[in-house]
Amino acid sequence: MPNSAAPGDADFLRVERLTKRFDEVAAVDEVSLSIARGEIFALLGSSGSGKSTLLRMLAGFETPSAGSIILEGVEISKLRPYERPINMMFQSYALFPHLTVTENIAFGLKRHGWARERVTGQVDKMLALVQLKPYARRKPHQLSGGQQQRVALARSLALEPKLLLLDEPLAALDRKLREQTQFELSNIIKKVGVTCVMVTHDQEEAMTMADRMAVMSSGQLLQVGRPNEIYETPSCRFVADFIGNVNLFDGTLEQDEIDHCVIGTPHGRFYVGHGITGVLGQAVTVALRPEKIELQQQAPSDMDYNCLHGRVAERAYFGASSLYRIGLDSGMVLQVSVPSTERHAGLIAVGSEVYATCAPDSMVVLTQ
Amino acid sequence: MRASTPRWLHGWGRRVVIGVPFLFLVLFFSAPFLVVLRISVSEAVGVRFMDLLTWDDGTLTLRLKFANYLFLTSDPVYILTYLSSIGFALLNTLICLAIGYPFAYFMARSPAPWRPALLMLVSLPFWTSYLLRIYAWKGLLDDSGVVNNVLLWLHLIDAPVRMMHTPFSMMVGMVYTYLPFMILPVYANLVKMDLRLVEAAADLGSTPFRTFWLVTVALSVPGIIAGSMLVLIPSIGEYVIPELLGGPSTLMIGRVLWDEFFKNIDWSMASAVAVSMVVLILIPLAVFNHYQTRGAGRGSGA
Repeated sequence: MPNSAAPGDADFLRVERLTKRFDEVAAVDEVSLSIARGEIFALLGSSGSGKSTLLRMLAGFETPSAGSIILEGVEISKLRPYERPINMMFQSYALFPHLTVTENIAFGLKRHGWARERVTGQVDKMLALVQLKPYARRKPHQLSGGQQQRVALARSLALEPKLLLLDEPLAALDRKLREQTQFELSNIIKKVGVTCVMVTHDQEEAMTMADRMAVMSSGQLLQVGRPNEIYETPSCRFVADFIGNVNLFDGTLEQDEIDHCVIGTPHGRFYVGHGITGVLGQAVTVALRPEKIELQQQAPSDMDYNCLHGRVAERAYFGASSLYRIGLDSGMVLQVSVPSTERHAGLIAVGSEVYATCAPDSMVVLTQ
Repeated sequence: MRASTPRWLHGWGRRVVIGVPFLFLVLFFSAPFLVVLRISVSEAVGVRFMDLLTWDDGTLTLRLKFANYLFLTSDPVYILTYLSSIGFALLNTLICLAIGYPFAYFMARSPAPWRPALLMLVSLPFWTSYLLRIYAWKGLLDDSGVVNNVLLWLHLIDAPVRMMHTPFSMMVGMVYTYLPFMILPVYANLVKMDLRLVEAAADLGSTPFRTFWLVTVALSVPGIIAGSMLVLIPSIGEYVIPELLGGPSTLMIGRVLWDEFFKNIDWSMASAVAVSMVVLILIPLAVFNHYQTRGAGRGSGA
């Protein structure tokens, strides 16, 4: 499948005001979304955010209460699951326990009336793709978790679907295997070139695998964008807090120019390197990631802006970095992540007095 | 599974827990069976059975009388009765499966809070005496019974339809009695089925009808076999239902046994009939069952 840019490729899949209500509670609330051809798109949210319901509506297991799903210009939301050119890799795989690996992969092909030679050829191709040739005649319970996952992937790709859905694709694997599989899985998907929507609660998984992602909460998409956009420029407190670690300072807008703004907070004043076109005096929040803060034990020369004073309350050494929890003078606890750049760099002792500083470009001002 | 069994179960404790009931069953199945087997090959003198082994003048004699078995093969009545018993039992199993499977299916797919109540309804008949329930069918199916009266009252029939003491009445009683034994194992199998497999099949393009056969039924084969065995095996030797609800044309091995024991007082003959039944019918079934469940268990065990 070539990735050539035909017209309409940007909205290969279009979801319009899609809503699902269970007993008048909206699990998915007027969600609109466009996904480009060949893209891996991740829906990220905690349990109950509606991400699974959205995925199940794409697969056809839930009927939307309102809205439409348009795949390649065709409205599909009224089609039964078995009529859609969409396949899903289920959470914990849902492999047929009574069928062998080959039979599992061939299941969909046979239902679509493929001729026997074509089925055999396609199954071989899929087994090669996921490197499971030697296991063709095993039953699922004779395979390891990672192998089962690859059978599930092969089964869902066998019909060459227009859209591949992944429901928590790595949740059933243990940590070490998960990291390795993330790359393997996205490589296979990229190789096949299939457009893919995945659902996950694991932000690392979403950020590694997805080209773009959406953060979902209470049935709505809070922010849609590339993983780095969402991490570096969160649109609201929820997103900033949900993706990664963050320090949030509530304050008011004191200055607002095109190239900077100043926020006054009870903890200190912040000079931020972007304007927000807000109203002076407006309540805002400054979001600052722990790895963007520097700690020093001498007082810096300029202490008017972007400088917080406190004492080290706790310290956790992770190997690659250390996390400090600093008790600020204002009473707030500040999280600071310090990379272990030198082998013998001394750690700052608990109880030491420290100054935490950050650059104007390291912060984001959130208005909601 | 293994990891969750307590450690003590792996040692002598496990052997005791499994061994005691096992010993009980072996003892109280094989001891009576051996007694019956002995009687079936013994010479009867009046009410006394001769010893199989005799010691006489320094000669050890083993006398086995096979006349009863030879008579079984020579008289077509016995062969016909065996065949008809198997026929009725098979028919009973098929009808129980046809009624019980959908029943178990909808019970397993009903909302979880309803299931205990539905299960209780299935086992409700066991709360009254078996004999009483069979007798009740007499009242329903008699020429002047409830069914005929209702049909007459509705003017659907002009004269009572003869239902009692026919193969029909016997089958009604058999199906009624054995249905729960089909429903329960099939239900137990269906209720633990992973419903995402049904979704996976639909996702791969399978229509609901084909999914039912290819996934649901295929995965419930162990339950179907277990239920069928629970119905088939006891219904081959069923005595009470053919006696109370069956007629002269319903040949069942259980009645022949009864007649030989208590009407003809020919214990040797009766024993031979019983032993033949065990050897010819139950042993092949047990072997089949063993391999079937092992094969199915290999498929679905995970």
